[in-house]
Amino acid sequence: MMRKWRHTVLVSAIALTVLHGCGPKKESAKKNGGALDKASIAERVYVPPGEWDEFYAFLSGGFSGQLSVHGLPSGRLFKIIPVFSVDAEKGWCFNEETKAMCMTSYGFIPWGDLHHPDISQTNGELDGRWVFVNENNTPRVARIDLRYFETVEIIEIPNSAGNHASAFVTENTEYVVANTRFAVPVPQRDMPINQMKGNFKGAATFIKVDPETGRMSIAFQVLLPGFNYDLAHPGRGKSHGWMFFTSYNTEEAHTMLEVNASQNDKDYIAAVNWKKIEEYVNNGGGKKMKVKAAHNIYDEKTQMARTEWITEVIVVDPREVPGAVYFLPTPKSPHGCDVDPSGEYIVGSGKLSADITIHSFSKMLKAIEEGKVVDTVYGIPVLDFNATLAGVVKNACLGPLHTEFDGKGYAYTSCFITSEVIKWKLGDWQVVDRHPVYYSVGHIMIPGGNSRKPFGKYLVAMNKITKDRFLPTGPELCQSAQLFDISGDKMVMLLDFPTMGEPHYAAGIPAEKVVDRVAKIYPLEENEHPYAAKSEDEVKIVRKGNEVHIYMTMIRSHFAPDNIEGIKVGDKVYFHVTNLEQDFDIPHGFAIIGANTAEVLVMPGQTETVVWEPKAPGVYPFYCTDFCSALHQEMQGYVRVSPADADVPMKITLDDKPIGEVIIE
Amino acid sequence: MKKKVLTLGLGMGLILGITMSGCGSENEEGAEGAPAGTTEQVERAEGEGESGANPFGVGPIQEEMNLPSEIDEQLAAKGEEIFKAKCTACHKIEEKYVGPPIKGVTERRRPEWIMNMILAPEKMIQQDPVAKQLVLEYNGAIMANQGLTEEEARAVLEYFRKIDTQS
Repeated sequence: MMRKWRHTVLVSAIALTVLHGCGPKKESAKKNGGALDKASIAERVYVPPGEWDEFYAFLSGGFSGQLSVHGLPSGRLFKIIPVFSVDAEKGWCFNEETKAMCMTSYGFIPWGDLHHPDISQTNGELDGRWVFVNENNTPRVARIDLRYFETVEIIEIPNSAGNHASAFVTENTEYVVANTRFAVPVPQRDMPINQMKGNFKGAATFIKVDPETGRMSIAFQVLLPGFNYDLAHPGRGKSHGWMFFTSYNTEEAHTMLEVNASQNDKDYIAAVNWKKIEEYVNNGGGKKMKVKAAHNIYDEKTQMARTEWITEVIVVDPREVPGAVYFLPTPKSPHGCDVDPSGEYIVGSGKLSADITIHSFSKMLKAIEEGKVVDTVYGIPVLDFNATLAGVVKNACLGPLHTEFDGKGYAYTSCFITSEVIKWKLGDWQVVDRHPVYYSVGHIMIPGGNSRKPFGKYLVAMNKITKDRFLPTGPELCQSAQLFDISGDKMVMLLDFPTMGEPHYAAGIPAEKVVDRVAKIYPLEENEHPYAAKSEDEVKIVRKGNEVHIYMTMIRSHFAPDNIEGIKVGDKVYFHVTNLEQDFDIPHGFAIIGANTAEVLVMPGQTETVVWEPKAPGVYPFYCTDFCSALHQEMQGYVRVSPADADVPMKITLDDKPIGEVIIE
Repeated sequence: MKKKVLTLGLGMGLILGITMSGCGSENEEGAEGAPAGTTEQVERAEGEGESGANPFGVGPIQEEMNLPSEIDEQLAAKGEEIFKAKCTACHKIEEKYVGPPIKGVTERRRPEWIMNMILAPEKMIQQDPVAKQLVLEYNGAIMANQGLTEEEARAVLEYFRKIDTQS
């Protein structure tokens, strides 16, 4: 089918009329976009039926533990990818294949708190292979494969707590980082809380990524002083090899942080020369520490997830690697830590300040060379603020948080307290435009906006407060994002769209960098699931004591077998269902009455498993839950369950004819 | 106890319910030379070449295939393997099942039509009068697109020809 990318816009006024026909109007479109009227704005976001959006946007689902996939400029929601979360639609973390994905050293965790997506890069540019995301609560980093738009790997981060400065990738995806927002004893131990100061650590974890497979492994953890490491971005270009982390609570307060962590005029950006530490570790440096952390891997061939246990990591004391870590004083409790496309400017937004501080990478190197060290904190040299300073955006706004870049010499910063996005010029540090957002903006995202090559056409603002922007739905409102056109001198607000809660950061990429690699089916020939039946010839039933495995198939519109007898109360029945379809977008579902685990949705060529423990004798139906064809309503079958002591023979049939082997082990 | 499914089957298939086929806009391009069948055409759909219908059907194969009369045994064997893996859930050789029996299909239909039914069933069941009639006859069971390549479909066709040669 021919698809047209939506580079130009076709239609117009109707959409806006419909979308904005009612509800409070706080501003006229004219105010929004100068001479633009509503119809003209509508044209810029309208994607006609059958056409495609120009960009993918991956928005964090925050406390839902999921990642949502939207199109830009339409804002349409395409998919919700379960990551650190069980999922009702697909049975993720419930079915036998994927339940290992929610395993941690704390046991099974149904959902976590997903914050920052970042797309893999090659030579500092988005390559569209994987999206990495972090879990803040129980520290983990996940990898989503953009061939399948599925989570394929989750690695737990030991020695960390509040994994917030994560999951940012270096410019060739050598590493994904994970730094600690809530300093903790390393290793964990029983001690008085008020003795935190000097005794807690922040583990800056560098996760190595295999360049071919994407497989992650913890390379080393740098044990930094016990501050709150908040966000990070990698150096790029000339600063490749360095990672920059903001910190706050350098006061090391353990209580009432809203006062006690705001005492110092300046906190630090930690500049970590990871290449130097990598070399140190490769030469045998660092200490091995015993840990326990889960490494969950989804094998796309066997279509099964497994947990491997990490039992040891290498920890590095930064004091033993001179020149590897420096602190750059930065006012005031800096939050966002963003590096411009050239790699020269490191932007620290002091969230309790009205100013935005910009450090210069080349000045930093010079300050190091010239020994402009003003202090040493826990053995880490603190560089002279004025020696590394490139500039300050004075009185930028209140509560500056995050900065993205358009690749045309401008930076955009979100301002939480004043609810606005400001545009300022790199080099002369002057604000050239500002625009209100509704309300209390957190992160902003320009596709590629934190890489060497931003696509400076759209900016998405992700807001913390929705209030009156949509029809009310009780006390709980949808989360919301707003889309701006940033192709001109002035920002133009185009669209409000609802998102999952809570959209922290997002990552965007031109769709054309992704679509050609996206899988349409799982080829049956490549299905190595140990319980797959890859044709109706391979159907069978196997009893091992009370455990019964049924190798079933599904195709429009029947199951094989569809009549099963010889199941007994007390059995644990595994339905291994393989979808024999090889056509794009033809999943089948499987559900059986009283199943306590999952209903599953099985993609073409895939095998998934439902466990069922019948409680009483009877005849019980199962059916396809995904409307698959005109005969979908006919896609059903029955299981006969007999008393535990019955001797009803095992029998599987289709169309009243025996099908497949019956094996009793 | 072991009983395998009989591999009896047929050449066309079941495919998707017309109303369900998600990517409907393809069909808007129109069925060249194959207007929606009239009642009369539908009733006589067993034959080919009714006024207006494209005897090749709708799909990628629009050139006459000119097959040799000899069966390519190797190709037919490959076709049999593919058929067993991808088609037997719905087609048996000798009897009606979810879809029509395979036996005789190369006598009932042109090879181009069979190829198109395998390769572009969504279009066929919406636009080809014979295919549409078959969907009705088979209670709305649509022929599934099993994603065969043209080469694979050709092998399956050779297997069907072999079956019909043997009978």
